Amino acid sequence: MNTASLTAKPRKKLDRATVIAIGVIFAIYALAFVLEQVIPSTSMLFTVLKKGATYALVAVSMNLLNGFTGLFSLGQAGFMLIGAYTYAVFTIPVAQRMSVYQYYNGGVIQFTLPVLVAIALAGVFAALFAFLIGLPVLRLKSDYLAIATLGFAEIIRAIFQWDKLGVVTNGSNLLRLFPTFNDFNIKDASGNVTLHLSTLIPFLIAGVCILFIVMLINSSYGRAFKAIRDDETAAEAMGINLPRHKMIAFCTSSFFAGVGGAMLAMYQNSVQAKYFTTSMTYEILLIVVIGGIGSVTGSCISSFLFVACSEWWLRFLDQEQTINGWQVPLLRNGFRLVVFSLIIMAVVLFFRKGIMGTRELPDLFRRRKPSGKGGAKA
Amino acid sequence: MLSTVLPYLLSGISVGGQYALIAIGYTMVYGILRLINFAHGDVFMVAGILMVYITASGAPLYVSIPLVLVTTALIGFAIERVAYKPLRSAPRMSIMISAIGVSYTLQNLVLYITGGLNQFYPSIPFISDTVTIGTTSTRMVTIVTPILTLLLVIALVMLINHTKIGMAMRAVSKDFETSRLMGIKINSVISVTFVIGSFLAAVGSILYFTNYSTVIQTSGSMPGLKAFVAAVFGGIGSVPGAVVGAFIIGICENLIKGLDTILVKAGISTKMFGFTTFSDAFTFALLIIILIVKPTGLFGEKQTDKV
Repeated sequence: MNTASLTAKPRKKLDRATVIAIGVIFAIYALAFVLEQVIPSTSMLFTVLKKGATYALVAVSMNLLNGFTGLFSLGQAGFMLIGAYTYAVFTIPVAQRMSVYQYYNGGVIQFTLPVLVAIALAGVFAALFAFLIGLPVLRLKSDYLAIATLGFAEIIRAIFQWDKLGVVTNGSNLLRLFPTFNDFNIKDASGNVTLHLSTLIPFLIAGVCILFIVMLINSSYGRAFKAIRDDETAAEAMGINLPRHKMIAFCTSSFFAGVGGAMLAMYQNSVQAKYFTTSMTYEILLIVVIGGIGSVTGSCISSFLFVACSEWWLRFLDQEQTINGWQVPLLRNGFRLVVFSLIIMAVVLFFRKGIMGTRELPDLFRRRKPSGKGGAKA
Repeated sequence: MLSTVLPYLLSGISVGGQYALIAIGYTMVYGILRLINFAHGDVFMVAGILMVYITASGAPLYVSIPLVLVTTALIGFAIERVAYKPLRSAPRMSIMISAIGVSYTLQNLVLYITGGLNQFYPSIPFISDTVTIGTTSTRMVTIVTPILTLLLVIALVMLINHTKIGMAMRAVSKDFETSRLMGIKINSVISVTFVIGSFLAAVGSILYFTNYSTVIQTSGSMPGLKAFVAAVFGGIGSVPGAVVGAFIIGICENLIKGLDTILVKAGISTKMFGFTTFSDAFTFALLIIILIVKPTGLFGEKQTDKV
C-alpha cells in the first residue's frame, strides 16, 4: 500500500531505504494476491483488506489537506457521497435500472459506463464540487473552514436525498446492483471462480491513487503546501499563490475522496445518502490522527488497524464470554466500540504523534541521523 | 393564512429557545478557549439519557430534574478536565480533535448502555400538557421554552456583567495570556464556563426531548451542530448573539418544513416541492452565507489577526 517517497528525487539514484520500502510494498501486494487464492473468500480478512484499502485512500486524501496543507476541512463524507453516487448511477446495468429506480420509472440515465471510467468520473465530479465550494470557503481560517466544509457536506447530503432529483439519485432509496469488487473475480463458464482478484483490485486502485498523492507531496506543489501549513504569511511573502495552491490541494483531496467513495460503494454493494454523515468524516479524521498527521504511511497503516479492530479483532468484546465458568463482566453488544473509543482518546491525549509521527516507510529503514528528522520540520 | 403559519412559527420559537440554551455553551467555550466543543451536542444527548434512566429508577420529578442538571454539569466539568486541560498548550487542531474524540466516546458509551434502541423520554407534568392557542393545539413546552430561555439568559448576562467570576470570564476571553498574568485562575474560570454551558444544555435537553419524546445516541449531533451555527450566526463569543441566532434558525427551519403546505394553502403554488428535505441544509447554507458576508456574525466584535 505504502508508496511513500517512491519518487522523492527522481533524478537521483534511489537510496537503500527507498529500495527496501519498494520491496516491502511489492511483498504486501504479492502476499495479498497469494492469500486471496489460498484462503476461502468468506474470511473476515478480506473484508478488512477491502475496506481498509478504501479507507486508506480516503485517509491519505484527508491527510493531504489537513496534514500537509494545514487546511482543517471536515467535508470528506460529502465528497465521498458524490463519488459513491456518481459511480453507482453510471454503472447500474440498463437492464436492472427498472428494478432499482422502481419509484422513478427507471430513472433518466439509460446508459452504462465502464467501471474504470465511472471511478474516474466519480473523482472528477467530487473535484468539481470541491472547486465550486472552495471558491467562497477557502478564504476562511481554521475552525471556520472546518465548520463550513462540514456544513457543505450536510447540504450535499440533503440535495442527494431530494425527491425532485430522484430520477437521477433515486431519492432517499438505495442504489444497488452495480458492479462490486466481487465482479473483478475471473470466472469460468460454469460460474466457478478461477482467479480471485476482488482484493487485489481495490489495492491497486488505492495504490495508484496514493502513489499520485505522494508524487504531488514531493513535487514543488507539495513543498508549497507544507510552506502554507507552517506559516501562511511567510509562504505568501515567498511568492506562493495562496488561493491557487489551497484550491489545488482542496480539489485533489476531494478528487481522491470521490474515488474512495466509489470504492466504498463497491465494497458495500449499495449506496444510500443517509450513511454519509459527519460521523464518517470524524472516523476518517481519527484514522489520520492515529496514523500521524502528516504521514502517508501512518494513514495507511492506521486505516487497516482501525478497520481490523472495529470489524474483526475486537468483535469478541461484543459477545458474552465465559472463562473456566467465570462470566466475564461488561461484555455485550456495543462494548467493542466503547473500548475502541477509549483507545482513540488515549492516542489523542497521550500519543499525539500517532503511530508514525511525520515519518514515512523508508525512514524506518534508515539509520537515525544525529540531527533527526524533526530538525527538518521545525 | 395565519392559522397555517402559526403552528410552524410556534414550534420554531420553541425549538429556537432550545437551540439557544445549547448555543450559549458553544459560544462561551469558544469565547474563552477558541475551541469548537464538538462534544457539547453529545453532552446535551447524555442529559436526555440520564433523565430516562433516573426516571426509570423510580425517582420523583423533584429529585430527577435537579439530579440531571447537576450530573450533566459535572460531566461537562469532567470532560474539560480529562480531555481539554492536558492539551492547553497544544495546537488548536489537537484540542478540536480531542473534542471529536470525546463526542465519539460519549456516543459509543450511550450506544453500549442503551443497546442502540430509542429510549422513550418520560413525560413531565405541566410542560407535556396540551394547550390551544387560537386554532392551533400545542404543548405547554412550546410556551414555556422561550420564557424560560429568556429568564436564564438574563440571569447569565447579569452573571457575566456584574459578578467577579463574570468579569474574569470577560477578561479571559479578551486576552488569555494577559489575564493569566493578572492573577486570574484560568482553570477555574474555564471550569465554571463548562459547568454553566452543560447546565444550560441539560435544561435545553429537558425541553427538547419533552417535545421529541425519544432519545438515541445520535440525537445530540444535529441540534448540537445547529446550535453551533446559531452561535456563529449571532457572533461567536456573544451570549445575546447566540440567542438571537438560535431563534432565527429555529423559526426559519420550521417555516421551511412547512413551506410546501403554506404555499399550497396560500394558493401561490399547487405542487409540493419537497422543501422539507432542506430544513437541515438551510441552516448550513445560512452559516456559509454569514461566514462569507460577515464572518464576525451579527453581534460579533471585530478582531484583527496579528502576524
